[in-house]
Amino acid sequence: MAEQAVAAEKKKRSSDDYSYVGMVFHRLTRHKLAMAGAVMLILMMLFVFVGPLVWRADPNEQIPGLEGMFNPPSQAHPLGTDDYGRDVLARMFFGGRISLFIGFISAVSATLIGAFIGLLAGYYGGWADNLLMRFTDAMLSIPTFPLLIALASVMGKGMWQIIMVIVVFGWMSDARLVRGLALSLKEQEYVEAARAIGASANRIMWRHLFPNTLAVLIVSTTIGIGSSIIYEASISFLGFGIQAPLASWGNMLQNAQQFIWNAPRLIVYPGLAIFITVLGFNFFGDGLRDAIDPKLKL
Amino acid sequence: MATRLVEVQNLKKWFPVKGGVFSTTVASVKAVDGIDFFINQGETLSLVGESGSGKTTAGRTVLKLLQPTAGKIVYKGKDITKLTPNQMRPLRRNMQIMFQDPYGSLNPRMPVGDIIQEPLDVHNVGLRRERRKAVTAMMETVGLRPEYEKRYPHEFSGGQRQRIGIARALILNPELLVLDEPISALDVSIQSQIINLLQELQQRLNLTYLFIAHDLAVVRHMSDRVAVMYLGKVVETAENDELFDHPLHPYTQALLSAVPVPDPEVKRERIILQGDVPSPVNPPSGCHFRTRCPYAMPVCKEQEPAAVEVSPGHTVSCHLLTKK
Repeated sequence: MAEQAVAAEKKKRSSDDYSYVGMVFHRLTRHKLAMAGAVMLILMMLFVFVGPLVWRADPNEQIPGLEGMFNPPSQAHPLGTDDYGRDVLARMFFGGRISLFIGFISAVSATLIGAFIGLLAGYYGGWADNLLMRFTDAMLSIPTFPLLIALASVMGKGMWQIIMVIVVFGWMSDARLVRGLALSLKEQEYVEAARAIGASANRIMWRHLFPNTLAVLIVSTTIGIGSSIIYEASISFLGFGIQAPLASWGNMLQNAQQFIWNAPRLIVYPGLAIFITVLGFNFFGDGLRDAIDPKLKL
Repeated sequence: MATRLVEVQNLKKWFPVKGGVFSTTVASVKAVDGIDFFINQGETLSLVGESGSGKTTAGRTVLKLLQPTAGKIVYKGKDITKLTPNQMRPLRRNMQIMFQDPYGSLNPRMPVGDIIQEPLDVHNVGLRRERRKAVTAMMETVGLRPEYEKRYPHEFSGGQRQRIGIARALILNPELLVLDEPISALDVSIQSQIINLLQELQQRLNLTYLFIAHDLAVVRHMSDRVAVMYLGKVVETAENDELFDHPLHPYTQALLSAVPVPDPEVKRERIILQGDVPSPVNPPSGCHFRTRCPYAMPVCKEQEPAAVEVSPGHTVSCHLLTKK
């Protein structure tokens, strides 16, 4: 009896301690697609970050001469060599790091900029809202790719330039999202309470509205990382991205396309890596979206 | 003579109704349509009326959370009607509000300690360490365990949340506290706890309350004076006992006849009002109450009744009284 009571008490306490984060995590673990995405992402992270510790090869070391080129997978080169006789596995590791880094940094910055613009528009409303949202609409109606290429060629080719370009064209959906949220959140009584204690507009936006949009923003960033990786790959594929000899999955693809008949595997590796990573982020992001929505039963 | 803390003169708050192609103002919701009242230091003035009578809007306009359309708000002899939000900020230390909804009025992403501390941060009161001490003390004052300061609002019950709301409103040591239906969302058993807490705090901290409510039993228990609102107007103002014992306005009489009496032997005549409250967009001409008033006369349609002081402190706006 006493033991039962203790057990019941324990159980009760654990449900009391369920924080929001704990609840979301719990729901996430029951979301099959999200877990599949998580597994994909963990595998890719291990591949990219732990792989180089296991397989220590220099991604830029070339094997001179014809016999070094297009080697099929072997003991010395598990994924073979490319057209310069470089170890493809090592290049996949370091290219992946660059791709993930670009994806992460640009998605997070785009979300923050979008959140900033959305909060301003949603909180102030009126002409500020009109101005900012029409600007957002204008940005959305620019055909991205030609301009991306133009921008990349004006600003030069490099990692930070690519990040810039992706951010410049990536913040709009977050801005719209946050604006909508801010419009509804600012009618909440706790915002009125904040005004009643004399809180400034800045304080209300960043201490009251922003934290309440975070859940949605995390979802949007997660999915944004995937699309940023695709963007990076596309820009690199067109030759305006990361420049050789530095590797990225995108420029490995671009490099491989000329040898598609001689060495199709060179296009398969980076293609597959991008595919799995982006799919992982999308699955996981979708799962997160479902997990934070309390109306959805999981 | 007690000192007047707040005085409101001919206060109006109209909300524009936008429409048409160019979203021009086609009409106005006259939520508060010219009301007068005052509150003395240390007393409780209750604002009662049914839903849509404008009592909440009145309360928020007094605190300038809503900019009044017309009229004057005088706080401690100073006209605050035209002050900008920046000019209002220092005054906000002295006037606070507690909300009806214990769920919506606390930021779900903020630990309660931070919620209660925020007014101190906004007004830069004391050092950081002292603020935390003040929060702990205030939590004890309102009956919350200080260990809970790290918890989030969703971990508390409705009554506890209202205590958090009280703590947030009181931490700046205000003079005026607007209580916007502070207990309507609570269970009856919790209601009395909160009411007792509010009364105790009023005595201890010498607070002045503007109590907005529709529960007349609670109003009678809480207030020194009562103002009855109907459709954006104050129809009757009186001392607590005077109003409950000698209601003069037909609306007040109807309202009071609806209060249940806990004695089955008492037979009372209930005054049942016919119809609904007219739209505040297009209120009736003359007296706003005439469409539902059992004593409506031709004059009620033509002329708005002026407020008449029938006895000291008891003012009524009704033609029945001016006729006699």
